[in-house]
Amino acid sequence: MDISILLFLTSGLFLGWALGANDAANVFGTAVGTRMIRFSTAATICTIFVILGAVYSGAGAAGTLGKLGAIDALAGSFVAALSAALAVYLMTKAGLPVSTTQAIVGAIIGWNLFSGTTTDTNSLVKILTTWLVCPLLAAVIAMGLFKLTAAVLSRVKLHLLRTDACTRLGLLLAGAFGSYSLGANNIGNVMGVFVPSSPFIDFEIAGLFTFSSTQQLFLLGAIAIGVGVLTYSKRVMMTVGSNIMPLSPVTAWVVVMAHSLVLFLFASQGLESFLISHGLPSIPLVPVSSSQAVVGAVLGIALLKGGRRIRWRVLGSIGAGWMVTPMIAGIVCFISLYFMQNVFDQNVYAGGPGKAPVEMVGFSSPEIPFRRPK
Amino acid sequence: MELTKKISMFGRTHALEGEIDDFLDKLSQCALLFKIAIKVYLNEGCTDEFERKLQDVNKMESDADYLRRAIETQLYAQTLIPESRGDVLGLIENLDQLLNLFESSLWAFSIEQPDIPEEFHNDFDALTDMAVQSVETLVLASRAFFRNIDAVSDHNHKVMFYEKEADKVSTKLKKAIFSSELDLSRKSQLRNFVEHIDNVPDWAEDVADRLAIYSIKRTF
Repeated sequence: MDISILLFLTSGLFLGWALGANDAANVFGTAVGTRMIRFSTAATICTIFVILGAVYSGAGAAGTLGKLGAIDALAGSFVAALSAALAVYLMTKAGLPVSTTQAIVGAIIGWNLFSGTTTDTNSLVKILTTWLVCPLLAAVIAMGLFKLTAAVLSRVKLHLLRTDACTRLGLLLAGAFGSYSLGANNIGNVMGVFVPSSPFIDFEIAGLFTFSSTQQLFLLGAIAIGVGVLTYSKRVMMTVGSNIMPLSPVTAWVVVMAHSLVLFLFASQGLESFLISHGLPSIPLVPVSSSQAVVGAVLGIALLKGGRRIRWRVLGSIGAGWMVTPMIAGIVCFISLYFMQNVFDQNVYAGGPGKAPVEMVGFSSPEIPFRRPK
Repeated sequence: MELTKKISMFGRTHALEGEIDDFLDKLSQCALLFKIAIKVYLNEGCTDEFERKLQDVNKMESDADYLRRAIETQLYAQTLIPESRGDVLGLIENLDQLLNLFESSLWAFSIEQPDIPEEFHNDFDALTDMAVQSVETLVLASRAFFRNIDAVSDHNHKVMFYEKEADKVSTKLKKAIFSSELDLSRKSQLRNFVEHIDNVPDWAEDVADRLAIYSIKRTF
């Protein structure tokens, strides 16, 4: 493999690292922050399940990103991922809540504008609607789950110590589920833009199943997320609880479960085909923001408790984040593509000027041929 | 590996639950022994029977101290209930103070051997009864704190009731003591013994107040 290909993939890996460093805190932050689970345990479980989710179920949500704009040159993908990572970095520095999902969508639209590709309106509307629905759905699920948990706990009357032990186990399992869903839903943000220009080739393992090029790409991205979790998420985890609202361990479990369910719903191809096969309306497979799912869940619980402790300023800044993040990413992407093409003489879209580091053989349609393991 | 840890964690939790229950049992039994010891003292004076009850309370207090230390060490060493362990620690230590009050009160009877005129016996008896009832109810409230948080307030209000009744009896008793023909020195001594017993429901009420706050904190 050409060394330049690996170089171009680094921006995606950087984005993956940033996602791991920030979003693992949504899954295990409260558990680690309240010392219910040790960081090393949380980081190990998170890494394993993020990789499993990304490799096994990552294709669905990534496909929608591909339809929005299939970046067909490796240098273009590099710039898009780098712009998204820069937008994430800038927003984090500015202290605004940030979502890698929104950053990458902004970057893809920036690429579409630069390359003259028409943005698929259907996919864009689908994605934008989902961003609104995601926190709302998380709030509704959290409310239901909170009521149910409260009812069960008051009925079974567990000893305080037994409740504590069960909550630890629950947080561990919910965290594993959350990590799987995070990997499945968000791997598209990290590696989705590289799918059409993937430098890997499919291969079979012992004739049992095919390890597709996309899955290899996702494995690489998931490992980057894992490195982010292991190296940088501890600090974020220790502060995440107090940032939103102080939560009891049981409430934290409800929040993590609601978050994980929402991410799972928007990533599960199995659920989608089940709903379609039963003539039911399907849930679009779209990468959603894990942070906003958590904020939605916490707000749901706060509303259930009378809404007195809601910090409306946080809500306002989330709204601002929705607008600003994709715009920054889009603008940075557009400008960077210009420099990449005209200063570094790289081909940033198929048919455009500049050198292409890899030959894009057989690429003709934005529809991405994903292959599921047999 | 993690699963094995979790399973053994349930085992450890079970053992600790047992120790907390034992501690509360000791407090409840100590209260009952105190009641019997005061009855014996009022009826027979400082007899061998009274001394035996005092030794029983002594032993129970030492056992409870041992349990308290074991519970506290395990809560912190195993980082259990990180959210509530400060409250549980406070609760156990405050309950332990009641055991100390029972013990010190009986020691005072044993050392000073006050001569209590018969006309005050009924009120001493009633005061002791209120004190013991307040502690018995507080034990129920504490058990509810661990197992059925909603029931804490059902018991707590009774602790307040017994404390108020004990106050009424102790005031009445002190007035009666000081309007009697006894020497001032005996009046002062008897007043001290009324206060020894009256300190128990007062402390029980303080613990119940804290328990109410701990319960609000635990409502998720």
